[in-house]
This record gives sequence, structure tokens and C-alpha cells, in this order.
Amino acid sequence: MTILETQASTAASAGEPIVNDFSITIATKNGSGSQTANATILRALFKMGIPVSGKNLFPSNIQGLPTWYTIRASREGFTARRVRAEILVAMNKVTVIEDVQKLESGGMCVYSDSLGYTPQREDVIFYKIPAGKLANESGLDGKLKSYAENMAYVGVLSYLLGIELDEIKSALNWHFKGKTKAIEPNVKTIAAAIEWAKENLTKTDPFRVERMEDTKDLIMIDGNTAAALGAVYGGVTFVAWYPITPATSLADALNVYLPQLRVDAETKKPTYSVIQAEDELAALGMVIGAGWAGARSMTSTSGPGISLMSEFVGLGYFAEVPAVVWDIQRMGPSTGLPTRVSQGDVLGTYFLGHGDSKHVILLPGSVKECFEFGWRAFDLAERLQTPVFVLSDLDIGMNQWMSEPFDYPEGQMDRGKVLTAEDLNRLEGKWARYRDVDGDGIGYRTLPGTDHPVAAYFTRGTGHTELATYSERPDHWEQNMERLTRKFETARKWVPVPVEDRVEGAEIGFIGYGSTDPAIVEARVRLEKKGLQTSYLRLRALPLSESVESFIRTHDRVYVVELNTDAQMTQLVRLDAPELASKVFPLNHNDGLPLTARWIVEALEQMEA
Amino acid sequence: MTAPTASPRSNVKVNKLGLEKAIYKGLDSTLCNGCGHDSISARIIDACFDLSIKSERVAKFSGIGCSSKSPAYFLNRSHGFNALHGRMPAVATGALIANKDLVGIGVSGDGDTGSIGMGQFKHFVRRNVPMVYIIENNGVYGLTKGQFSATADVGQELKYVGRNEFPPIDLCLEALVADCGFVARSFAGDPKQVSTLLKAALSYKGTAILDIISPCVTFNDKDDSTKSYAWGKSHNERIVDATFIPYYEEITVDYAEGEAKEVELHDGSKIVLKKLDRSHDPTDRMAAIRLIEEAKEKQQFVTGLIYVNEKRMDLREHENLPDTPLALLPESKTRPSKESLLKLMEGMK
Repeated sequence: MTILETQASTAASAGEPIVNDFSITIATKNGSGSQTANATILRALFKMGIPVSGKNLFPSNIQGLPTWYTIRASREGFTARRVRAEILVAMNKVTVIEDVQKLESGGMCVYSDSLGYTPQREDVIFYKIPAGKLANESGLDGKLKSYAENMAYVGVLSYLLGIELDEIKSALNWHFKGKTKAIEPNVKTIAAAIEWAKENLTKTDPFRVERMEDTKDLIMIDGNTAAALGAVYGGVTFVAWYPITPATSLADALNVYLPQLRVDAETKKPTYSVIQAEDELAALGMVIGAGWAGARSMTSTSGPGISLMSEFVGLGYFAEVPAVVWDIQRMGPSTGLPTRVSQGDVLGTYFLGHGDSKHVILLPGSVKECFEFGWRAFDLAERLQTPVFVLSDLDIGMNQWMSEPFDYPEGQMDRGKVLTAEDLNRLEGKWARYRDVDGDGIGYRTLPGTDHPVAAYFTRGTGHTELATYSERPDHWEQNMERLTRKFETARKWVPVPVEDRVEGAEIGFIGYGSTDPAIVEARVRLEKKGLQTSYLRLRALPLSESVESFIRTHDRVYVVELNTDAQMTQLVRLDAPELASKVFPLNHNDGLPLTARWIVEALEQMEA
Repeated sequence: MTAPTASPRSNVKVNKLGLEKAIYKGLDSTLCNGCGHDSISARIIDACFDLSIKSERVAKFSGIGCSSKSPAYFLNRSHGFNALHGRMPAVATGALIANKDLVGIGVSGDGDTGSIGMGQFKHFVRRNVPMVYIIENNGVYGLTKGQFSATADVGQELKYVGRNEFPPIDLCLEALVADCGFVARSFAGDPKQVSTLLKAALSYKGTAILDIISPCVTFNDKDDSTKSYAWGKSHNERIVDATFIPYYEEITVDYAEGEAKEVELHDGSKIVLKKLDRSHDPTDRMAAIRLIEEAKEKQQFVTGLIYVNEKRMDLREHENLPDTPLALLPESKTRPSKESLLKLMEGMK
């Protein structure tokens, strides 16, 4: 974390309490077992009805390097990251000095006595806690005891902030799925820490929590789990994948939920197959093979995997094979920062392949859309007979988000234009794989194994006729590419439309997509408070909807907010509406961290100045 | 795509399905005249006809190269997928798991399998994906006009690229060390043996590797190449003469007790291996490895069934696939109920 910006103080003196409106940073070491403690605090606040979000800022490391968890509580319901936290839990000797420096003025710091740290800021309230000693109460020893030390800060925060012990217990119960043996030692440590804090600490900071009703019907989940559930309900039958941060947890979730939800009740057999491939290249190859054979097939990966897949993507586009590819974007190029967020794969993925190719891309902006696009992507891939990408990112994918419960998929699955043996009889055997019968650019396909003498066709990446036979004739090539272009225009009509909030009289419009949504939402509120009205169009797919053009026309200046250095979506918007390009400006940032409303407001003010 | 006439003429031989051999044909080959690959295509046609395999159930796969063009030249009624260079194994894996009822026939080459596709080849074998995997091996890249492949001999010379300095990769050996349960080698100019081995491979339930030396008549038919016709004819040492007995036919093989080895294949058919001038036991993996290494020393290639093992679980079994192919499962089997989602959501509150 190299945040050098300063944030206007929101903290006040101890006399005026600050309720349900602060961020907590918990600084620990990777592999120290703090995740359970952090998740417990997050869920307990959520259970108290307070809007929260939890983000893990972690290194690419298994054990030992510094890691931070941030929890934002916001009575207004904002979930974006904030630049500075008001509350610090310092458990890492290596980073404590810098961590304290980054704390908001007027903030508070809980730190472990084992750090040997001497407080150095006058404007921060410090509480030293004997974490190791309190962990003795857990009755655990060795490594487990060191894990329990994390529960000491849960207890101290519970006392200082007023987090209800019952909700902490309920959070632990949820986390450990009711296993008393795991819950008990943690509860003991927390109770001991609360008792110790009562006797030894005098609360002088202004921060506290109060029960609200705002999360009552909400769920809390990460985007990768949501995506996996979407695929499960979307009828995925074949998955091939290769481990890569931050996409691995999507495949992990499939491996958790498929066995729970997709074992046939009668035969007791799985209605799916999940294969861990030898690399991303093979993963997509298997997915293309399965899609060709008629399975709803998918893979999940991140930037480096996407580049390995480009060869198969080119084939899938040209041979017109359905497939779903999730890209949980991380910071690139190359290995880049594998545990940091970015939206850097937009341009590369849109044009991925060789020769002429452009792709359908879905852009989920929330965990709820991860679920929805999880099933919808299969309908689109099969209807359009092409690889469909879903560009999520590390922030949506791996962090914890509140959400309305997911809606059950609407309607029947749409398996696209597939001819069966009966259809072929009806057509008296007359059909052509790549003929545009309906004028939408999409041909009819048959599946291998179809029991009819003329069902078969030969799938190839080489030039081909409507009948799928080999051809190098110029007119065949051109006709085929024209049809693929027509198909892409069909896709433009079928993909999810943008979500728009056009404000009457607003001169400025934001265009955003994906994980920048919470920061844009908050920035617009802040700007409105300053007297600046803005409109907002959130893209949900590529190719761009026609409504983007009219959105630009109805505003003087449109800012495209995104997390990459090359202003990739800005370029695509300008490409689609060249005559409006001079009204479109990039508002792009790329430091590996989730976007903040503060950055948007400041960057916009600079641009407008 | 209109149907050819299906009614057999009375004087033409038909198989158990009542189909003429013509039904099993493909398009006319565009390979060079005399190419060994074409005779392999002809043997595939023979084998599928003889075994009465319904073409509609077959899925043909290939990568890129001369060999990979050949699936267009047999079984017109089968779906085919001419994939990417070296990537046939991945595509075939996905398709054959998506529809477990398909009979997979893959045709690759020495460049496709031994160089660019080596990783996928090994993993395919490791997973034991049920497919007959044919390598049409000529030691040379034909389509790009004659570069050495990884199976070319040390010291071999080619007109455009000069001398090959690196030792060859033996694909049968690679298959063996990856625990392949069916490893055979043959020579395109030996139709009888190729047919027999193909039929056995088609009846095997896992990955069956069939490395067929198939000389390139244009770029690699120099007499000193072990992938030439002349070399093949004079150095082809048959280890085991395999007689294949389809499950529907009782054949009494003329062999002496103790000299034959009978192996039962998954579909109940049997393969009887007649030992000729060497006493190779094709169920002994270490002996198979030794056999190849010793032949290499002598610059020979042994042909026949080098290794067979019916015990390994294939990928379809491993995945515990349902009776209905995954690709054909109805929505009622693949979309969990609304109630299950509500319950899940409740648990996340």
C-alpha cells in the first residue's frame, strides 16, 4: 500500500460519537490465521444490520508477508474502499509504523504488546493489548494458539465498538458450520479479551456501532462463489480449468456446489464433469471440444490464462463453437501483481485471437450480476454459437459483498439452433452448417452422435463453405466473414443492456463497468452534495449497446471510469462513436487497489478545472 | 448435405448393419500420391466396416498437418473436428466426456504429437481418455515443406534443412511411461497388421496409441531414414502377430498351447497374440520398454502390440458419468430447483 494521499478528517473529538461510519484496517501476516477473525467481525456487523464490505489486500505469498483486511461500515450503505481507515488493528511488527502513519487523524489503534511498538502519533488514540496472554484462555497450544491471538482483537474491538457478542458467536457458528469444537476456544478467547478490556481500557475514542435494519434480507458472498452458483443453475455440465489467482476460488466453489446440487436423485451420478487441465490452453481446448459436442461448458482464468487461450478463442470464434470463459482480472501484464485488482483485459479480450475476431463480453458489476451472468452466459454462448467471456475482477471475485438474494433464472434454458435427427428428416436432409437461414448470421448445428446419415459436418479452422467443406475461394471467405459480422450485430441486440441513470440537466455523465460501480455511486452522491449533478451509464456487456451513443449525445462531457492505464474502455467507446470521441474522456486509475469515491471526485474536479 | 442412397445392391457385400463399405468412405484425398496416410485411412474404413461400427456414433479428431487432414478422407457420416496444431487431445477430451457414447478416432502426426502437442499427448494418455489415437509418423513436417520432426533419426539428412543432430523421441515409449494401456506400432505398408491392430484398438476401452510409420513420399523417403518404405520393408521386425476376434464372431485360431496369449477386451471380444520369432509378453510393461530401447539400438522398429493392460480405469469411468451423455441431459437434470436456491440464499444471510 503506497497511499500518499491525505483524506479530510471525518473523525471528531471523543465528545461526538461516530456511529456506523468508519473503516477498519487489520494488519497481520499472511498465513497467521487472521481470516477467520476478520470474517467474524465483518459478519457480526452485517448481522447487526449495518451495511458493510470486506476487502482482503493480500500479497502473492503463502506465509509471512504483510496482509491487510479492510472492513467498511457505512450507515449510508456505501461499499467502496476508502483511502484511509479510522481504526487500525496492528498485529504485524514489520508494518506497524507505516500502518499507523496511514491512519486517519483522530483515529484509533489497537496493537499487540508483542510488537514492541511505542505510539508515535498524538492525534491517534492507542490501546495496547496482551494478545498472546489472552490467547492462553483458548486452551489451545502451538499454532492453534497463535491463531487464537487474532480472536483477542475481535474481543477488544467488540468491547470498544459495541459489537454484540451474540452476533459474534453467530458469525463464528456460521463460519465453523456449527462445529462446537472449533467455536468454543475462539469464544473463550473473545470473552477473556472483553473482560480484560473492561478492566484495563478506558474508551476515549468516538467510534461505535449501533444496530440497524439495513441488511435484514441481504446475503453476503464473494463474486467467484456467486459466479459458480450461476453456472450451477445455468446447467453447466463440463468445466475444465487451471489454477490461477484470483480465479481459483471460482473453480473451488464449483467443486463445492456441484456435488451438493447436481447429483442426479435417481441414479446418484453427477450431472457434470470437472477436469483440472494441464494448462489454460488445454482447459479451453477441452471446453471447446465439450461445447462442440453439445455440453454447456466453461472455464475460469485470469490474464495470463487468457493469453494462452487466444489460439483456441480464435478457433472457437471462426468454427463457431459455444463456450463460456470467466476472466477474473488481476493486475498485468505478465505475472504483474497477481493479488491486485485491475480491469486491464478489456481490449485484449475483446479482440482476442488471430485474424479478424471480436467477442461478446459480459461485465458483471456486482455479485448479483456474477450469479445472473453465470447462467445467462450459457444461453448467449449457445444461441450465438461462439465463446462468450465474462470479465469480472479480483475485487468483485474475491471480496465479500452484501447483496439482495439472487433471483432464480427466468424462463427455460435456450440451447440455440440445434438440429436433431427428427429435424433433419423434416428438412429432408437439406441443411448447411454455416448457412444464414434466419438473417441473424447464425447457422444451425448438429451435435456429434446425431443418428442421421447427413447429420455430420466437418469442423475446422480453415476456410470453409456453407456446407463446412474446405475452401480457399475468395468469395467463400468474404461471405463467411460478412456473416460473422452480421452475427456480431445480432449479439449487440441480445447482450444485457446498460443500466442508466440519466439526470435531467446534467452536463456530465459517467460511464463505468464492473467493480468500479460502488465508487462511482458514492462519488455521485458526494458530487451532488457539492452541487454537481451527474448521470451514470453502467455498461454490462460488449459489443456496446446503441444507447451508449445517445448517452454521450445528451451530455457535454462523458467520463469513462476504469481501472487500467491505457483507458481501454474509453478507446472502445471512441471507436464505436468516432464522431463523438471528443466528448469522451478517460478517468482511469491503476494502482492495484479497488477504486475509491474520493479518487473519482478529485480526478473529476481536476479534469473539470 | 443430402443423404446418399442407403439401399445396398444385392451383389455388394454388407456388414452386420446392412451397410456397404462405400458408406464408410470419405472425401477424395488431397495428399500426395502414394502417401502412407491414405492407406491408413483405407484401413480405418475397413476396420469400421468390418466391426459394423455405425459412423454416426464416431467422432473424428485431428490436429494440424498432413496427417490431420486425413479425417476428411474417411467416414463421411461422422462428425469431425480438425482442431489446432498439437491440441487434438484437449478437444477430444472435452468432446468424449461431453458425450460418452461417441467412438473417438484421432489422427495426429509426429510433429503434432511429438513436438507441439507432446504435453497434451502425455496428459491425454495419463487421463486414459477413451480414443484410438493414431500417429501417422513420417519424421518430417510435410505441409511446411520438409523440416525434421522430433521423431527424425539422428544423423538423418534432408534436402533443405541438412542434418538432424538430436536423438528421436519414441512416441510408443512416451506412451508407455505415461502408463498407456494399449501401445502398438505398425507400418503403413502392412495393411493386414494395421487392420488387425486398429480393430483391437477400437475395442479397447481407454486410450489406444497406434504409432504407424507412414513414409512421406515427397520429403522423407530416403532409404537411410527409418521412416522410409525401403527401411520399413527390410527392418520391420514383427514382435507379435495379433489376431483380432470381434465379439460377435467365434474364430478358432490355429496356434499351439503355450505359445499364444489371449487378452479379453472390455466389450467381450478377445485379442489373441501369436508370438513369432521373439518371446515378447505384451502384458509386461518393463519388457515392452526394454523391447523398444533394444530395437532402437539396432535401428529397428518393432511392430505389433507392444503393450496391453485392461486394468486401468478410463476417464469416463473416473468421472462416473451418467447414462445419458452430459451434452444431452435435459434441463430438469441440470438446473437445480428454485427451492434449493432459496435455501442457499437463506444460509448466506
